[in-house]
Amino acid sequence: MNRIVEKQDLSENVVRMVLEAPAIARKRRAGQFIILKVHEKGERIPLTIVDSDAEAGTLTIIFQVVGKTTTALAAMKAGDALSDVQGPLGNPTEIENFGHVVCIGGGVGVGVVYPLAAALKKAGNRVTSIIGARTKTLLILEEEMKKVSDRLIVATDDGSYGFHGFVSAVLQNLIDEKEKIDRVYAIGPVPMMRVLCNVTKPYGIRTIVSLNSIMVDATGMCGACRVSVGGKTKFTCVDGPEFDGHEVDFALLTNRLRMYADQEKQSLETYKCKVNGK
Amino acid sequence: MENNEVKPKKEKVPRQKMPEQASDIRVKNFNEVPTGYTEETAITEAKRCIQCKKPGCIAGCPVDVDIPGFIKLIAEGKFIEAALKLKETNALPAVCGRVCPQEDQCEKVCILGKKGEPVAVGRLERFAADYEQQAGNISIPAPAKPNGKKVAVVGAGPAGLTIAGDLVKLGYDVTIFEALHKAGGVLVYGIPEFRLPKAIVEAEVDYLKKLGVKIETNAVIGRLKTVDELFAEGFDAVFLGVGAGAPVFMNIPGENLSGIYSANEYLTRSNLMKAYRFPEYDTPIVRGKNVAVIGGGNVAMDSVRTALRLGADNATIIYRRTEVEMPARIEEVQHAKEEGVQFKLLTNPVEYIGNEDGWVTGVRCQRMELGEPDDSGRRRPVPVAGSEFVIPVDTVVVAVGTTANPIVPATTPGLETNRWGYIVTKDASGLTSREGVYAGGDIVTGSATVILAMGAGRLAAKAIHEYLSRS
Ligand SMILES: Cc1cc2nc3c(=O)[nH]c(=O)nc-3n(C[C@H](O)[C@H](O)[C@H](O)COP(=O)(O)OP(=O)(O)OC[C@H]3O[C@@H](n4cnc5c(N)ncnc54)[C@H](O)[C@@H]3O)c2cc1C
Ligand SMILES: Cc1cc2nc3c(=O)[nH]c(=O)nc-3n(C[C@H](O)[C@H](O)[C@H](O)COP(=O)(O)OP(=O)(O)OC[C@H]3O[C@@H](n4cnc5c(N)ncnc54)[C@H](O)[C@@H]3O)c2cc1C
Ligand code: SF4
Ligand code: SF4
Ligand code: FES
Repeated sequence: MNRIVEKQDLSENVVRMVLEAPAIARKRRAGQFIILKVHEKGERIPLTIVDSDAEAGTLTIIFQVVGKTTTALAAMKAGDALSDVQGPLGNPTEIENFGHVVCIGGGVGVGVVYPLAAALKKAGNRVTSIIGARTKTLLILEEEMKKVSDRLIVATDDGSYGFHGFVSAVLQNLIDEKEKIDRVYAIGPVPMMRVLCNVTKPYGIRTIVSLNSIMVDATGMCGACRVSVGGKTKFTCVDGPEFDGHEVDFALLTNRLRMYADQEKQSLETYKCKVNGK
Repeated sequence: MENNEVKPKKEKVPRQKMPEQASDIRVKNFNEVPTGYTEETAITEAKRCIQCKKPGCIAGCPVDVDIPGFIKLIAEGKFIEAALKLKETNALPAVCGRVCPQEDQCEKVCILGKKGEPVAVGRLERFAADYEQQAGNISIPAPAKPNGKKVAVVGAGPAGLTIAGDLVKLGYDVTIFEALHKAGGVLVYGIPEFRLPKAIVEAEVDYLKKLGVKIETNAVIGRLKTVDELFAEGFDAVFLGVGAGAPVFMNIPGENLSGIYSANEYLTRSNLMKAYRFPEYDTPIVRGKNVAVIGGGNVAMDSVRTALRLGADNATIIYRRTEVEMPARIEEVQHAKEEGVQFKLLTNPVEYIGNEDGWVTGVRCQRMELGEPDDSGRRRPVPVAGSEFVIPVDTVVVAVGTTANPIVPATTPGLETNRWGYIVTKDASGLTSREGVYAGGDIVTGSATVILAMGAGRLAAKAIHEYLSRS
């Protein structure tokens, strides 16, 4: 159980893995995530289920290497097994035919938005997707996104590929071109989601974001993941992870994500010393 | 003549004390505080029991432990036999001997307590159970003949573990589905190592596995599978022992600032995830210097004593009534005091203050005074006008209670809950509004005790056995 079936580097620090988890694969729907623990002494981290294959009994995850746990995970190989995989967690995305939807992913957020775009397309929506990265080599899932979108626009911050600029500028252009947009899905780094919400708010375009707050149990037991939405406290793991972006207190989310910054650095350094020192 | 002297009255043997780690040493580690009776003290204590013909103590125990029976065996030096006697009615004696509120249960009604001090039933229970675990040759009863029926138990807390043990012994094929990666419920994620070593819980869980109970961890029922899907998979009955695991916050301004935890999160990080051994273990926890814990129950005491062990200079309990009304066990309050916990009583937080990074820096509090008694019979605290003041803090733990987690009820059509979200049962059997679905423990009663949850598991086992023997 919990075996890594496949591992592939998508870019410099983004890894795709296929995990053996038959029960979760059967049940999972777009928008849900897992909690995994790499080894006995590991921490529990949430990662979105990017894709699943009920027949093969597998799940796909795509993660960015940012700290200790993701570094340790990236060091594992096909055939290795994780100590724990729990899921599917969180509420599935509400999938309906809304009309014209715009799916926006930034960085590793493209992995998170991909299953939504696929499900929305299947439900009959016209899907325009905007995916972005700092530079061309960091761009992921372009081919996959193209397949599930009626139109795909690529943007890079440095202009090395596609539109030169942020995904928010692409969205602004679409709006300026008087495209009728029924819904926006915006998933990526917190500052990106915040800017995108600011773009759509004046036009009253409903904008769904997926929040990445810190989690422990992910079953509503601890409250580590609490966020403020419309002035009310919500637990991302059981009330989310998707929320109405116009109601989210992004400043609070940003602060809470920094809560363990010092320990995270220490943890990564300890890990690297151990790996290098053997 | 020498014999003229009046024979000195037989000196009364006092209740035997339990040796403890000294308070200045124990606040620097997470090892268990009381270190346990020696064989000698156990026998001395056991001999204090006068073996009442009509023992009151048994009626005080929710699972009817044969108290004089096991104590007599200890007095005779038959420690293993004493442990086996305990296990006839109590599946987790090493746990109960440590965490039962004995002063409100068995020891409260011990006859010796009328004039002096009651027999130390809990300490003796712990002694016998530990003796058996340490002896290492725990006997596994011969497996029962399979009866071909399958029962699913949801939640591996004391309620779930108890029912699983009872049913497997009757020949049922029992699978426990546990949401977390480890079995034990509050015993592993909530109660700290210094009160209940995790090795003890693990040994009890291993014992169940040896009896044939299957445990599937990482299985959140309601998400991975619903109760209806369990029936569809071939389970004949389902027991819900999911606990009262959702944290309650006070909904006062600033409660989401960084550095503010629910007790569930704080204790889960420290106990289940072993954050107190960070970075050897990966999960971090904030090691605050000035920690305030809101609340006056056992959970608050566990949190504040954890804060001290994580290196707090000031660890303070903020509680809105007085010490008399505190729901925590007297022993725990005493331990906390010895370790240097400060108590701000008749004090209630009204707001948290933070810095520009969104980190908590202070708790604005209000002084309270006691007014008329409320529904619980305790005098209701009322705020004193104009009494606000600020306690400087860098970490806060909110320990004002827990409530029902809605995942299972929300995904089980026809399962009746009350207005607080707890599952409604017909009677003590634990039968719910759904046929074949039973429930017990904190998810029925609200936060209670380990032994009551075990008692509920025991009764539900009987009821399920009757139900499945009929069909
Ligand atoms: C519902 C959800 C879905 C997610 N999906 C993905 C995904 O598909 N791909 C992906 O790359 N990332 C995803 N994340 C973020 C991912 O969980 C974090 O990047 C990961 O936990 C970092 O762990 P680390 O030990 O490597 O880094 P750390 O050094 O621990 O932390 C680095 C960063 O990750 C954040 N973080 C730390 N611990 C946690 C935690 N337990 N939960 C959440 N964030 C944490 C920190 O705030 C910090 O910004 C998701 C988060 C959530 C809540
Ligand atoms: C910090 C703390 C200290 C305490 N101290 C004492 C004490 O000293 N003495 C005492 O007698 N009592 C004490 N208690 C109370 C006691 O622990 C509880 O009353 C008791 O554990 C309740 O048992 P339970 O089996 O009903 O539930 P729990 O112990 O809560 O176990 C429920 C289990 O179900 C799992 N679960 C929940 N939802 C799902 C789901 N959807 N699918 C699968 N699994 C699920 C949970 O993860 C958990 O493992 C304390 C409680 C706390 C929090
Ligand atoms: S189980 Fe608890 S109440 Fe019963 S005898 Fe043991 S310590 Fe006392
Ligand atoms: S009431 Fe006290 S003295 Fe009597 S049998 Fe029970 S423990 Fe012994
Ligand atoms: S992660 Fe614990 S409540 Fe959401």
